Amino acid sequence: MDTRKELALKFFASQIRLETFRQVANLGFGHLPGSLSVADLLAVLYGSKMNIRPEEPNWPERDIMVMSKGHAGPAVYSTLALKGYFPMSWLSTLNKPGTRLPSHCDRLLTPGVDMTAGSLGQGISAGLGLALAQKVKGIDAKTYIIVGDGECNEGEVWEAFLFAPQRKLDNVIVFIDRNLKQLDGTTAEVLALGDMAAKLEAFGWHTQTINGQDVLAISEAIDAAHTVKDRPSAIVMNTIKGAGVKELEEMEINHHIRLSPDMSERGMKVLEEAHAALAEVLRENNITPIPTALDRE
Amino acid sequence: MYKVIYDGSIEKKGHKAVFSETMMDLVETDPDVVYLDADLMNSSGTMALWKKHPDRAFNCGICEANMMAVAAGLSLGGLKPYAHSFGTFASRRCYDQVFISQGYADNPVRIYGSDPGVCAAYNGGTHMPFEDMALMRAIPQACVFDIADGVQFEWVLRKVKDATSGVQYIRSTRKNNAAIYAPGSEFEIGKGNVLRDGTDLTIIASGIMVGDAMAVAESLAKEGISIRVVDMFTVKPLDVDLVVKCARETGVIVTSENHNIIGGLGEAVATALVENYPVPMIRHGVEDRFGQVGSVDELREAYGLTPEKLTELVRKALQRK
Repeated sequence: MDTRKELALKFFASQIRLETFRQVANLGFGHLPGSLSVADLLAVLYGSKMNIRPEEPNWPERDIMVMSKGHAGPAVYSTLALKGYFPMSWLSTLNKPGTRLPSHCDRLLTPGVDMTAGSLGQGISAGLGLALAQKVKGIDAKTYIIVGDGECNEGEVWEAFLFAPQRKLDNVIVFIDRNLKQLDGTTAEVLALGDMAAKLEAFGWHTQTINGQDVLAISEAIDAAHTVKDRPSAIVMNTIKGAGVKELEEMEINHHIRLSPDMSERGMKVLEEAHAALAEVLRENNITPIPTALDRE
Repeated sequence: MYKVIYDGSIEKKGHKAVFSETMMDLVETDPDVVYLDADLMNSSGTMALWKKHPDRAFNCGICEANMMAVAAGLSLGGLKPYAHSFGTFASRRCYDQVFISQGYADNPVRIYGSDPGVCAAYNGGTHMPFEDMALMRAIPQACVFDIADGVQFEWVLRKVKDATSGVQYIRSTRKNNAAIYAPGSEFEIGKGNVLRDGTDLTIIASGIMVGDAMAVAESLAKEGISIRVVDMFTVKPLDVDLVVKCARETGVIVTSENHNIIGGLGEAVATALVENYPVPMIRHGVEDRFGQVGSVDELREAYGLTPEKLTELVRKALQRK
């Protein structure tokens, strides 16, 4: 990927972060840090990889994305709104009465959400079912599944890790958001996962380990995974829970957080400044940003 | 329409054969039908299906949770999945996957829970579901079927293929039951079948207890007691209109089920009566106990799932009129 494309994706990721922070700040609490850790991945998937039609969310031949760590809903909603699946104004309704954007992803409520998740461990299995359906129906499309590292405590995840290689699901990429934290503390303290890449490799997966906050690394890993035949791919993404907002990154317990007005103001300032700086770089280099709904507003 | 052929004889074909032959036909005649099993294909009779159609019949291994959520994904992907395990493992073992990924997320899957209640026999208490109907009834929009005979089993398996919403849970033995219906009989989901008319009392039965209910009615007829028998094969949605009609016309109800009397057919009927037309009733079934090992006959005796016990409860209920 050339630097221009990389910068455009970084800019898109920065927009996703900004809108995600704004959603949660508007409410005052939520699963913000675990949403921020997957922002760069969502930018790459929806900004350059996925074959989708926002105007036809259920187009049968689309690529599919299942956010198995369903609490990252806010990051998904920002991405989908920016892609034009629904009005940006919905983002201010997160978790409010009558909202179409609940804290955990719900396919029946939100256009563009491919599968309901929230009860951990189930999204990966359902995603594999969707990928298997693509195979049975002869649809040449991909299924992307995002699993939290804390989520890998669930036994069902390991059942799914056995199932995908057995079925040779080479249309699947599972991303492990290895941010090293879960609700009660670090994954090492709660239930150590050890070397996830080695474990997945031993389960028969094509496995890569990357910096999950690096859009270029993510993009290249996805391209490499697409060349693999007859087995599924896993990409272990080393990430930071709260990535992009130092204050959140440094919180010891940061799965579900409360944002005081001061914290919200500080966080928004950090993200807005980073976004403005990137905008300047794009302008200087005459780089066209990835089109978003904001262009039309 | 259905035709009742009950004469006390046992059906010639076991339900394992009914299931495997029907599944083979469904897979071969509808390109959207897929089959999942959790290392119990040898038990469900679907080994031949797996070998012949490995691209449509998936052995998921002993991973019921993953299987049920994979089935939900297959459903969402435009296919019509059927999934089998023993009733215990098809319900409580993977309840949240059925509840959330299939039910809550509206991805209908057709689940066959085999060996209901005492039919688990020599597999014993760990394999003996007396609570599967209770669990499945509690899932919003789920349909719950307790199968009386092979004719009905095949009809239900074919009928639920085109279900567009709601978990479809079908419990049936793998063995032979009393023959109740003539081949080619047609049913209606959500409607109970009046197998025998009567005026003194109605037995509302399901599953393997339907034959017993017929035997009891025949026996008591000789004493001049007129028993109506209803096969309530759709335990959910319950045929409330028929329950009320029977209450109004016969004045007293006994339910009979191969399941805990908590959460199953009896409780469903009791609720319908209390809310609409209260009359005396008694629930015949497993009285809040765990399963145990034994032959089906021994277990029927142990839990009182016998014509004798049912007769005793019918007499008791008649005294309350």
